[in-house]
Amino acid sequence: MLQIENLSFQVNGENGVTDILKNVSLTIPDNRFVVITGPNGGGKTTLAKAIMGLVQPVTGSIRYDGTEITGLSVTERARLGISYGFQQPPRFKGLRVQDLLSLAAGKASLSQDECCRYLTQVGLCSCDYLDREMDTSLSGGEIKRIEIATILARNSSLMIFDEPEAGIDLWSFARLTETFKGIRDRGGVTLLIISHQERIIQLADEIVVLSEGELRQKGPRDEIFPLILADTVAGCSYMEGVHQ
Amino acid sequence: MNKIDLKLLMKIAGMDGTPKGAFNIRKNSQLESRASSENIIITSKTDQPGIDIHIKPGTKKESVHIPVLITESGIDEMVYNDFFIGEDCDVDIVAGCGIHNDGPECSQHNGIHTFYVGKNSRVKYSEKHYGEGDGAGERIMNPQTVVHLEEGAFIELETVQIRGIDSTKRYTKIIAGKDAEAIITERLLTHGKQSAVSEMDVILDGEGANARIISRSVAQDSSQQTFYPRMIGNSKCFGHVQCDSIIMGDAKIRSIPEISANCADAQLVHEAAIGKIAGDQILKLMTLGLTEQEAEEKILDGFLK
Repeated sequence: MLQIENLSFQVNGENGVTDILKNVSLTIPDNRFVVITGPNGGGKTTLAKAIMGLVQPVTGSIRYDGTEITGLSVTERARLGISYGFQQPPRFKGLRVQDLLSLAAGKASLSQDECCRYLTQVGLCSCDYLDREMDTSLSGGEIKRIEIATILARNSSLMIFDEPEAGIDLWSFARLTETFKGIRDRGGVTLLIISHQERIIQLADEIVVLSEGELRQKGPRDEIFPLILADTVAGCSYMEGVHQ
Repeated sequence: MNKIDLKLLMKIAGMDGTPKGAFNIRKNSQLESRASSENIIITSKTDQPGIDIHIKPGTKKESVHIPVLITESGIDEMVYNDFFIGEDCDVDIVAGCGIHNDGPECSQHNGIHTFYVGKNSRVKYSEKHYGEGDGAGERIMNPQTVVHLEEGAFIELETVQIRGIDSTKRYTKIIAGKDAEAIITERLLTHGKQSAVSEMDVILDGEGANARIISRSVAQDSSQQTFYPRMIGNSKCFGHVQCDSIIMGDAKIRSIPEISANCADAQLVHEAAIGKIAGDQILKLMTLGLTEQEAEEKILDGFLK
């Protein structure tokens, strides 16, 4: 279980202190599929990074499976079973796709069959990619799909994906939603996905709406999703007209 | 050969004892052992230190190992090795120098390797440098490699120096004839107060000649590196110079690639980059369960692999 209590995060900029997260509290039971959504700049990525330890909150606490992890390093959290798929993954000159998948799986060298299994789930053919370097020769969409494959290879108990759909073509996206659905159906994993995509939101058990650094809504998909749609068109005469 | 010799041989040439095929092992400025094969003949030079290696035309899938070992402190040697490779060959040549210096005096190896690669021959040449030992004496290597490629000849030249060598000045010169091709891969890691200078002249003389220089280096601590890869196009040719360096600590790196075209049909490109390890690279590997130090090592290993 993931328990977040009164989490706040601020940045110091030219215009003084800006609150990115304001006293966010959230509990996610095990084996749930939770989508965090909301407007751009609402604090979603910061919340995900705070769970992974990539940013340190100003106040508040995070507990995972009963362990207080707020003061733990990224490495320690990873070893406790938390993984995080970057929205904009880094590239590595010299490291091959197979090397990165092996590191993710915690093995000296992952077999071709195992690599193939993870890459196929993100719509890539392993024969074409295993020996490729993770450098600029790969497109943004390819890097993103390999990033997601590393999280699958890691097979941790809490998988966080930050906008996995960003930069991915329509065909691969369809494959990806099937993969998420498969993980959900197999069970044993908590999925926390930041997304704006209806097809991903439709897979969720629960939806969390984060806006202006505050938790605005949280609840079962069937309850929250209609509210999001209503909120999208509210106040816009053109959109309201379209939906009538 | 003792344990130190065997370790050095494994480090520089991947040799576990005596290799298959022709070889020449030089130790502390003396011939340690040698074997020629039917197609690869090794003979000592009579006018200066070093050897001549003659490879008969049509020799395929054979190798020759010529490692150099220095285990005594105070050795300063200059060696001339010439390779005469006939037409239509396909051979691997493994060189390299390992220095174990436990003494107070400097140990130094200077070597000039000259290759004459015959028409349509393919050569894979690898040269590794390795240094170790607890002595205060410096470990110095100054290799020169000169390659003459005849029509349609090809050489893949790989040089590796990872730690252990206090000072190196390397010079590589390639003269490529018609339709000849060269791929030069250089990998270097310096640390402590080490210094390394690598200078290259790749001259694309013949029509259809092409060459690629791929240099990757890591400078740690207060070490210093300087690169001067120069490529000259004298005909319709293609050349690409790529120098990438990772800088760490208080190190200093200078990278000065130069491309010169003396023909309107010469296509030459150079890229050079120096930068530190990106923070998000370290963080990504930490999210996979590696410590910060393990992440850094993996990134460097991959970069220099």
